[in-house]
Amino acid sequence: MARFTYAPAPESRAVVDLKPSYGLFIDGEFVDPFDGDHFKTENPSSQEVLAEVSSAGAADVDRAVAAARRAQEQVWGPMPGKERAKYLFRVARILQERSRELAVLETLDNGKPIRESRDVDIPLAAAHFFYHAGWADKLAYAGLGPSPRPLGVVGQVIPWNFPLLMAAWKLAPALATGNTCVLKPAETTPLSALLLAEILQQAELPPGVVNIITGAAGTGAALVAHPGIDKVAFTGSTEVGKQIQRTLAGTDKRLTLELGGKAANVVFDDAPLSQAVEGIVNGIFFNQGQVCCAGSRLLVQESIAEGLVEALKRRLETLRLGDPLDKNTDIGAINSMQQLDKIRELAASGEAEGAQRWSPSCSLPERGYWFPPTVFTDVVPAHRIAREEIFGPVLSVLTFRTPEEAIEKANNTTYGLSAGVWTEKGSRILYMASRLRAGVVWANTFNRFDPSSPFGGYRESGFGREGGRHGLAAYLKGAFGNDHG
Amino acid sequence: MPERAGGHDLADLARSEISLRRFLHGLPGVDQVGAEARAASLATRSIKAGAKLWAIDAAISMVDLTTLEGADTLGKVRALCGKARRPGPDDPSVPAVAAVCVYPDLVPCAKVALAGSPVKVASVATAFPSGRASLAVKLADVAEAVEAGADEVDMVIDRGAFLAGHYALVLDEVRAVKAACGRAQLKVILETGELVTYDNVRRASWTAMIGGADFIKTSTGKVSPASTLPVALVMLEAVRDFADASGRAVGVKVAGGIRTTKDAIRYLVLVNEVAGEAWLEPDRFRIGASSLLNDLLMQRFKQQSGIYAGSQDFSIE
Repeated sequence: MARFTYAPAPESRAVVDLKPSYGLFIDGEFVDPFDGDHFKTENPSSQEVLAEVSSAGAADVDRAVAAARRAQEQVWGPMPGKERAKYLFRVARILQERSRELAVLETLDNGKPIRESRDVDIPLAAAHFFYHAGWADKLAYAGLGPSPRPLGVVGQVIPWNFPLLMAAWKLAPALATGNTCVLKPAETTPLSALLLAEILQQAELPPGVVNIITGAAGTGAALVAHPGIDKVAFTGSTEVGKQIQRTLAGTDKRLTLELGGKAANVVFDDAPLSQAVEGIVNGIFFNQGQVCCAGSRLLVQESIAEGLVEALKRRLETLRLGDPLDKNTDIGAINSMQQLDKIRELAASGEAEGAQRWSPSCSLPERGYWFPPTVFTDVVPAHRIAREEIFGPVLSVLTFRTPEEAIEKANNTTYGLSAGVWTEKGSRILYMASRLRAGVVWANTFNRFDPSSPFGGYRESGFGREGGRHGLAAYLKGAFGNDHG
Repeated sequence: MPERAGGHDLADLARSEISLRRFLHGLPGVDQVGAEARAASLATRSIKAGAKLWAIDAAISMVDLTTLEGADTLGKVRALCGKARRPGPDDPSVPAVAAVCVYPDLVPCAKVALAGSPVKVASVATAFPSGRASLAVKLADVAEAVEAGADEVDMVIDRGAFLAGHYALVLDEVRAVKAACGRAQLKVILETGELVTYDNVRRASWTAMIGGADFIKTSTGKVSPASTLPVALVMLEAVRDFADASGRAVGVKVAGGIRTTKDAIRYLVLVNEVAGEAWLEPDRFRIGASSLLNDLLMQRFKQQSGIYAGSQDFSIE
């Protein structure tokens, strides 16, 4: 029996006012879908049904796009940037004011620990609105040409791993630059986007500027194929990203894709080892590893590999897995049965292919979707767990001998979203950063985000950048004197 | 059995300035941003109900109740000792504190006042707090405290020597003081506020441990910043790693600026999750404090009764 057993410290659910059912948010109002279709969203940590949510059909997508077009041409497009900024600042402030409610709702619907939704997701979502609000009246000074213009109506499809944060990443730059939006949240995590819709009403955002249509893959497909939109912004799986690209081929719609990853977290023998262990944990177990930029491949210099893996295992024994609403929980639930199946299948392949599987001693709750933090050692580059994105709390440990070998192995992937470098040698950080083919390279840290820092990938991790000046370019034409930014 | 670290015989390391320096500079660096982020993240642990009550009693039993003022008198020390023996006059279930910490000349007084109790007498020594005196003077200071019956000696390292890179000098002093302590336990104060970097804190921690420290201690309480969570984190990692390398468990004492139950519990969480629960004992973790004790008592009463007592309900020494 442990001496110091932390008593349960659950965050109260009372702060959230769940409705039995939710409509679609179109033209500033919540409306029922034309064909009356609904689906249920559940709490993945308990499988409790949280609410019924509307499923938007083709006719609903039509009216959402029409509302967005009207709003863009008549209200939002012509509005001076300094007026648009006021709305965005207002939204940012309400996000902060209602942060506890948003955090609890996000944790209920997604399964992530309240510590993360409270300390990362919600504050960053507000930060994206604040940051882009500041740009709205200064676009002429963004280095994108003297008078960059909005694209028009954008269709945005977002994933379930950071539901509110991804909505903020998509909406804030689009709105700051004068575009209007039709946003499709993920099927398993629609609730925080619908609360955001209420917040947009509270902020008195003009009707039609943001439309939020819930639904499954069919709704997303109808939105990206809709002839009335000028741009598609998608964050999600590489497979769906490829489908979208096929759909858009031959049209003049703009596209940005933020897809999967298989990031290398490279630890040299002169690294600050205690912090590297923290960075490895944060890299792969943050949000149960359901992060496109997760550091899922640990590349460690062979001379320190044994000790580092030992230290990592000791650290993982202290992780607390359980009720996501408990303030002391480090590892929450997997978002869906479908995702859990995928993680289980890939982990099984790791064992079958000969890697050594290890998990700390932790018991999994009986109900809900759970997977223990897992480390595979003796992984070779040919193993599926070293090549395929698992999108779960599963780390593959590989070793290297020289910096050149580290680069070769790190770049030996079809993806190119992020990478990490751990060393106390400044020159080596620069050497590595210039050779790692990844959109983001973190040095002596991992999974750090800031709205001023552009984020995006190479190759099968997608294209286009979100955040910073680069992120503005994705929503403007006339940038650099042409229409392709 | 000789103490070993990373394949080195720890006694060998200290044979020359060069080998000691090489060893200390070969310890992995500490990334400041990462260490502070980890400490801040552990500070968000929410300790409630039974866990809080356990932590409060644990913290009380780890307090080194301290008075280190020029104005200290026999009366003041006696009052403090009374409190230390029985922190809750109306409630015998409140544990005694670990020790009373005073200047060497007040050790005899504390010894008498604590006779028959489990509470230890700790004395600062070695020209506390600056440590600016010759070794002979420092050792005489220690000898006086030990002869007067001190169970524990809190020495200060020579920060000047450390910052100038004379690690062997620092180590030799720790060893000499350890020898002078006899059966008394040695706590080595690093004065981390003057060492400034976490790399220095880690190196000084190892130097003190190699020199024979029974505890490594953050601060004198006379320099700002005194103890901080990230400094404690680095020191707790050091004792954990030293125990792995040598088989000998060294304790950690945090001191200075720890005034509230919330502060104390944050340190206990750090101990629990960094060094491990084996360190959640008064012989492996101490909190040097004075006003903290009354806040712990107030929070203990609140946990048990559901109401806050007024400050007049707790004795002030």
